[in-house]
Amino acid sequence: MAASDHTILEQASGWLRQGRKVALATVVETWGSAPQPIGSQLVIDAEGNFIGSVSGGCVEGAVVTEAIDIIATGKPKLLQFGVADETAWKVGLACGGRIGVYVEPIT
Amino acid sequence: MKRHLLDQLLAARANRQAVALITHLDTGEQRIVPRSAAASDPLAAKLDEAFRFDQSGSHDGQFINIHNPPLRLVIIGAVHIAQSVIPIAQQLGYDVTVIDPRGAFATGARFPGISLHAEWPDEVIPQIGLDPRTALVALTHDPKIDDPALNAALKSDVFYIGALGSKKTQASRAQRLKEAGFSDAQIARIHGPIGLNISAKGAPEIAVSIMGEVTRCLRLGA
Repeated sequence: MAASDHTILEQASGWLRQGRKVALATVVETWGSAPQPIGSQLVIDAEGNFIGSVSGGCVEGAVVTEAIDIIATGKPKLLQFGVADETAWKVGLACGGRIGVYVEPIT
Repeated sequence: MKRHLLDQLLAARANRQAVALITHLDTGEQRIVPRSAAASDPLAAKLDEAFRFDQSGSHDGQFINIHNPPLRLVIIGAVHIAQSVIPIAQQLGYDVTVIDPRGAFATGARFPGISLHAEWPDEVIPQIGLDPRTALVALTHDPKIDDPALNAALKSDVFYIGALGSKKTQASRAQRLKEAGFSDAQIARIHGPIGLNISAKGAPEIAVSIMGEVTRCLRLGA
């Protein structure tokens, strides 16, 4: 995993201590030229604040939107992004890779 | 993720223990497996490989996330080049420790926020321990300070050892280490002159060449 990901977990822990609701997004699969390695993480709170990266900026917006839902429902979800996606022009990966991102609430 | 699992991951990091977090991507079920207990886990073969190569990945719907201890850089010499190496190393994810017995060099004013030891390397190194997630660079040019650190590094399994100094300095150092009982193969672990050969000029470029070489050893093994 990327070395900086421990900072993400510390961030998640800090936000939880402040009483904020938090979700964690993790790159669990990559195909082709993916911008961030497997294990890269993003921490998101219920207001949509986020720190970290799962794609170098291409799909963070979509992940954050899903994460806010996931914080509300409490159910984890596996998201897939790639140029083959029909929403490619909105939230696809310009590099031509595909990634799987697991988003889970911290409870 | 349950909060107690998050706390366990952070505690493992603080104690420099390698652990894996395994997630069933369908059910969301999770467990933590310490490297020391990986051999008796159902995913033993995958875990062994994942820990060794520091490579997280998915297998049959289960995601193995490797949490190896953070990388660490031990710098011998609270010198000018160290001041350039530190910010690059921190960006690359290293916890940095600086050791220099010369109190005038090893000051908090020169190295704010860095783990700093104004003591001899052979006194400090046994306390901090050297392991396969650690790199050591000797930057003082002074055999009195560099040699005891290189001695300790050669007896450890650090993934990188580098020493500043010209080819001539390296030759006389190799001679001293030989007299101290180290074999040629052991001495060859020391990268010297330190850093990738990019004709670096000045401390910041030398720092780039050093951290480039450290990264090459981390990723390619040599």
